[in-house]
Amino acid sequence: MEKFTTHTGVGVPLRRSNVDTDQIIPAVYLKRVTRTGFEDALFAAWRGDPDFILNQPAYSLGSVLVAGPDFGTGSSREHAVWALKDYGFKVIISSRFADIFRGNSGKQGLLTAQVDPADVELLWKLLEEEPGLEMTVSLEHRTVTAADITVPFEIDDYVRWRLMEGLDDIGLSLAHEEDITAFEAKREAWRPKTLPAKHLPEVHIEAARPVG
Amino acid sequence: MGTTLAEKLWQSHLVREGEGGAPDLLYIDLHMVHEVTSPQAFDGLRLAGRKVRRPDLTIATEDHNTPTLDIDKPIADLTSRTQIDTLRANAKEFGVRIHSLGDADQGVVHVVGPQLGLTQPGMTVVCGDSHTSTHGAFGALAFGIGTSEVEHVLATQTLPLGKFKTMAINVNGTLPEGTTAKDVILAVIAKIGTGGGQGYVLEYRGDAIRALSMEARMTVCNMSIEAGARAGLIAPDDVTAEYVKGRPHAPEGEDWDAAVEYWKTLVTDDDATFDVEVTLSAPDLEPFVTWGTNPGQGLPLSAAVPNPDDFEEENDRVAAKNALAYMGLTPGTPLRDIKVDTVFLGSCTNGRIEDLRAAAAVVKGRKKSPDVRMLVVPGSARVRLEAEAEGLDKVFMDFGAEWRNAGCSMCLGMNPDQLAPQERSASTSNRNFEGRQGKGGRTHLVSPLVAAATAVRGTLSSPADLVDSNTEA
Repeated sequence: MEKFTTHTGVGVPLRRSNVDTDQIIPAVYLKRVTRTGFEDALFAAWRGDPDFILNQPAYSLGSVLVAGPDFGTGSSREHAVWALKDYGFKVIISSRFADIFRGNSGKQGLLTAQVDPADVELLWKLLEEEPGLEMTVSLEHRTVTAADITVPFEIDDYVRWRLMEGLDDIGLSLAHEEDITAFEAKREAWRPKTLPAKHLPEVHIEAARPVG
Repeated sequence: MGTTLAEKLWQSHLVREGEGGAPDLLYIDLHMVHEVTSPQAFDGLRLAGRKVRRPDLTIATEDHNTPTLDIDKPIADLTSRTQIDTLRANAKEFGVRIHSLGDADQGVVHVVGPQLGLTQPGMTVVCGDSHTSTHGAFGALAFGIGTSEVEHVLATQTLPLGKFKTMAINVNGTLPEGTTAKDVILAVIAKIGTGGGQGYVLEYRGDAIRALSMEARMTVCNMSIEAGARAGLIAPDDVTAEYVKGRPHAPEGEDWDAAVEYWKTLVTDDDATFDVEVTLSAPDLEPFVTWGTNPGQGLPLSAAVPNPDDFEEENDRVAAKNALAYMGLTPGTPLRDIKVDTVFLGSCTNGRIEDLRAAAAVVKGRKKSPDVRMLVVPGSARVRLEAEAEGLDKVFMDFGAEWRNAGCSMCLGMNPDQLAPQERSASTSNRNFEGRQGKGGRTHLVSPLVAAATAVRGTLSSPADLVDSNTEA
């Protein structure tokens, strides 16, 4: 994962609350088996509307999204994070994030900066007054700067450290493999296992057919 | 001071405590895998030269993409077919057990785990699907994860997890007749909001919860994520043990006794405290439906479409206004007057045998409204077989509904089962987001009883509204 210290880019005001992951990327785009190439799927349902914020030239190259509360709710699809990253977003600012989305973002190096609701409103106004305004997000100082305004943001200390170091979670966990093996040795024997497979007898399933 | 059930589950799975702000490392007892959120995870393993650490704690099935018609033919949608073929190839390469389309144990992953007896009290259960919270109904710590975490669990059988807070949802008293688990959870979400559970593990408590069957408890826990919660759970009791007993992977003999002894310890201590407590009075609840585009925008069926101006918060006003525009609804319209085009009975929320039985009892001997199409999609192939053995397929088909094969189907419209733009559904699923069931589709979340009654009348209805309608003997 790339190290993240500071980022400067065009801010995009998205005045919506409860932007769920079905809006970020509709399910029909989840059929791909690759990890990249989702930029066309981002906000697919809204992109058809010429007034949608990303269809306005001043904002179309944005890389810092400023959204309403409860961003990323709903489905656990990490494709939402991939689509935002593939489009070019590096930072999402909101006053509240859904847990799974925030976790997925952290794994993928997308910064979720939690900002006070009043400051989100302030940033929206700045970005709307001056379309194309660049913002600077400093992970080191935990601040967002736009024009002459600087506001603080919150982020979990550990996630911040990992992002700044660009560390991969699996490698970090495998460093504790001895602990994992020790835990496995004391697990109760009656805990269920999927293998060998046990099930009721196999039965033929009739295929349903279209009606009429 | 005592501890809550959620804290006990955490402690008993702690591989390693996080130091210096690092998250704790937790052991995962069961990892369920499906075709949509796993291909990139297996790819990551291959790239790093890693193996699946515990194939014997991993199980895969095909559900999100699978068609519910003509399942014996090649899948028509090529990208869907590729994704399913990819899962099959990955399962083979990494030695993971898989239940494919046409197999009696194929179905929605959250229906399959419990029915095989793989979901048991006191476990940690994860899946790359947010509705993994379903398994919390057994007193397991169960939650949805993203694809990076799927890869992490495949490689290490652990997950680094930040601490959670605890919330008690007390539902006291007795539910009125015709009011179900689905109505309870929709009322809970409307009360605490779609972000109300963020950072919390919810524990559902109270006599109304104790009185629920295992399948109804799964419906409640399933939608915990719709309140933003990390997980939802219900302490195990005799109902839980009775459900698990005799299933293919249930413990047997001395193992059974040891397991039950352990399960008895899985309660929140009397002197434990929750960070937050929320209380609902069961006798005050009634059939609940959603009117908007998030699961928190719900009201009792007897209410009317709300006026956005009546909301106190600016965000709620804007959200309500957007929702009504999308849903094509006018403030003041009684919810019972809303005409629907499609009724969907199924999903990990309400696609189990009891759900089908409840709906079948309502439609038996009646005729479907000619203006409505109704899809019945059993949660798993096994549920379908069970329903057919009871003759429920006949009941639904005589009523005029379509009897399909198992899968996620119209809950999220990744297969051909979708709503057309502006088509309106009464759906027993879990999300009424914009475009969830098809681009431009309009979803009202309902219980199986309301779904069935709605299919009879053609407008949002509960079985109580059918008292006067004639039944054909």
